[in-house]
Amino acid sequence: MLGYYFQLGLRSLRRNPILTFLMVMAIGFGVAASMTTYAVFRAVSGNPLPNKSSRLFVPQIDNWGPQSRKTGGDLPESLSYTDAMALMQAHKAARQTAIYPVGFTLVPVDPSSQPFAVNGYAAYADFFTMFDVPFEYGGGWQSVDDANRSNVVVISGAMNQKIFAGANSVGREIQLDGRDYRVAGVLADWDPRPRFYDVNNGSGFGDAPDVFMPFTRAIDLHTETQGNNNCYGTTGQAPGWDGWLHSECVWISLWVELPDATAATRYQSYLQAYAADQQRAGRFHWAPTVRLSSLMQWLDREHVVPQETTVSLVVALGFLLVCLVNTIGLLLAKFMRRAAEIGVRRALGASRRQIYTQFLIEAAVVGVVGGLLGLLLTAFGVLGIGLVFEPEIARLAHLNFSLVGFTLLVSVAAAIVAAFYPTWRAARVQPAWQLKAN
Amino acid sequence: MQIKPILSAMRHHKAGVMLIALQIALTLAIVCNALFIIQQRLAHLSEPTGIDEANVFVISNQWANQSSEQQTDVQIQADMAALRRLPSVRDASPSDSYPLRGDGWDDYIMLTPEQTEKTTDADVYLGDEHLLDTLGVKLIAGRNFRADEVQRIGSRQNVASPVVIVTKALADRLYPDGSALGKSFYEMSKTPSTIIGIVDLLQNQSVGTWKSAYAYQSVIRPLRQDNSDGTFYIVRAKPGQLTAAMREVPKALYAQNRMRIIDPKDGELSFAEVRKQAYETDRGMAILMGIISVVLLAITAAGIIGLTSFWVGQRRRQIGVRRALGATRGDILSYFLTENLLISVGGVLVGIVLAIGINLWMVTQFEMARLSLIYVLIGVVVLLLLGQGAVLAPARRASNVPPVEATRSV
Repeated sequence: MLGYYFQLGLRSLRRNPILTFLMVMAIGFGVAASMTTYAVFRAVSGNPLPNKSSRLFVPQIDNWGPQSRKTGGDLPESLSYTDAMALMQAHKAARQTAIYPVGFTLVPVDPSSQPFAVNGYAAYADFFTMFDVPFEYGGGWQSVDDANRSNVVVISGAMNQKIFAGANSVGREIQLDGRDYRVAGVLADWDPRPRFYDVNNGSGFGDAPDVFMPFTRAIDLHTETQGNNNCYGTTGQAPGWDGWLHSECVWISLWVELPDATAATRYQSYLQAYAADQQRAGRFHWAPTVRLSSLMQWLDREHVVPQETTVSLVVALGFLLVCLVNTIGLLLAKFMRRAAEIGVRRALGASRRQIYTQFLIEAAVVGVVGGLLGLLLTAFGVLGIGLVFEPEIARLAHLNFSLVGFTLLVSVAAAIVAAFYPTWRAARVQPAWQLKAN
Repeated sequence: MQIKPILSAMRHHKAGVMLIALQIALTLAIVCNALFIIQQRLAHLSEPTGIDEANVFVISNQWANQSSEQQTDVQIQADMAALRRLPSVRDASPSDSYPLRGDGWDDYIMLTPEQTEKTTDADVYLGDEHLLDTLGVKLIAGRNFRADEVQRIGSRQNVASPVVIVTKALADRLYPDGSALGKSFYEMSKTPSTIIGIVDLLQNQSVGTWKSAYAYQSVIRPLRQDNSDGTFYIVRAKPGQLTAAMREVPKALYAQNRMRIIDPKDGELSFAEVRKQAYETDRGMAILMGIISVVLLAITAAGIIGLTSFWVGQRRRQIGVRRALGATRGDILSYFLTENLLISVGGVLVGIVLAIGINLWMVTQFEMARLSLIYVLIGVVVLLLLGQGAVLAPARRASNVPPVEATRSV
């Protein structure tokens, strides 16, 4: 019977090619617009570390005072060196790492090739275990390397390819800014999107880092931050490196791993107590204000999803809604035109349920064809995304198996939802009325 | 034309009428918000920088050797001398940043040294006595820096500049009576900076919405930045010689000293490229909203044609009867046009409310301005015309129904 309804549906669609064409176009365009913008939204709004995100937290401390927020603004988004070091030394979390972006130059041994820039992060040994960083060769450095301020680095697979032609380079040396560093590990392909641990500098979708080195060593070498450095007010800052380290300028990200809710509450009260201590010591002239955000809360707070992406998705969904209303109208016209046919079928014993099935199947056929058109348009849309979104975001969106499936599903669902009201009207057709009228 | 029979006829196909009206309402709501977004983005990306964009380009120069700050300073000056000697180059200056770079250096500006709250914000440009000519900004009061006023600034030094040049926007913000020249202010420091010159226009380094209140407030300080990381070289080519200059400059720099990095991908950017990158998202949003509006209007028109055609088909006999009773073709045509107008007006009224509602919601969710009513008006006119245009073909077909139709199939 279903096969028969399917054939009836196809025949009816062929009978009014223009109406069918309009419905297929409406569903196709509506679905394609939504799916293309959704592909971008999905790429930027995902959870970069789904297994662990609920156990990773970012503390913030108000070291500028409420005065700094009078004209708007929030707590400083990074920590000062003083606070970051205090939290690192207190060691109150299961794991913790301070992080800041660094950059070096690498001069190739071969004098004919040009020197090139190398970017990365200064961090602590816990970084690699906290963030489940996968390694191709070797591993992260040890906590003892943090304490000894060792010359060790972890390099990316791409960097290893460039310098060591992809061979196992653990134990070998690379030269950054004229100093030798021992390679402790080579990363497997690891570039979480967004780069959650550094969303306060840049968009979180930039080029992947090449190198990681101990934070303590980077500080010893007076390595400048490549990220933001924010200072508040005129409060006299002594000149030079040490003056900057001991200033209230904020430039360090700190991440802590807290295994459960109790640990998080405990850490929150520790932060509060720390800030209160600073107030007692006379460093803060205001009541303690601290905040602990989980990974996903932090991404939200830092507006990692560009507002253009959200606005586009909202507008595209509105567009899909109009297409749906349009399809409802067209289906209504189509079904009601066949009132006489329905009357005859009902008079010959078809139940309302059978009428329902027949027309919903007909709508589903429209949905499938619209979905195929939508898929084609989505593919074009994803290819053309670079016209509309920034390259670093556009390159993240791609058409994969799940998006193809989702697109078809949305189209068929949209067509069937659109068909509910027209089908209901069709099923209510009074056989007697129709038979009399003709 | 009588409206009453039209209204009572509509009562017989309420669902279709409601659907068309709803579609018009939603389309209006989306299209006028989209038009408004397009206008906002286009206005944003056509803001002037104030510099000679046609001839300016930027080199991002990183140092590959570990020299002292003094050595770096000597190298910068040698580089500058070499660049200024090139036949295709008009002038060059080192700087910490350039307009539309994306991020940069922003300082609080205070009028008194004791202030704890900022008076306003300004972007900081560093450069030597050649910077004004290199950028091509116009000095409208006071004088340029003298060579002997240009100092060095190394890593993490806080050098207060005793003399500075500011933009007119900043001068007027600090001294609204126009008396800024010769006056001073405090820039994150206890030492005053005296305004010795005012330039008419120099845009900020970032064009983010959070900075729109300070977009043209900039301060130029006579400093050469010689920290180990690197610096920007801003170069102004002689008119028409941009391509030649962009080819010659990196060569001249490498000839000076090989131990530097000018990234092959984005180490050298013409200002046209800088502008393109800075406004990528704005242009993209405008394009996307444009596409969505056009397709949406087309789909709505198609929907109106589809449903009206159905109604015409359904009422062929009634039309025949009216024609037989003396109605002219014009009467039939205007019947369908009026019917569509009534439905459209209903839809448009709902749409206006929806459009404003959506905009108010977006204002709370995103950094967006209030919808200006002119866009609602444009949307209303567009949709009413679209409705009338779409209904024209089916209405014409209806008017061609012959009176003899009244006698058929009875």
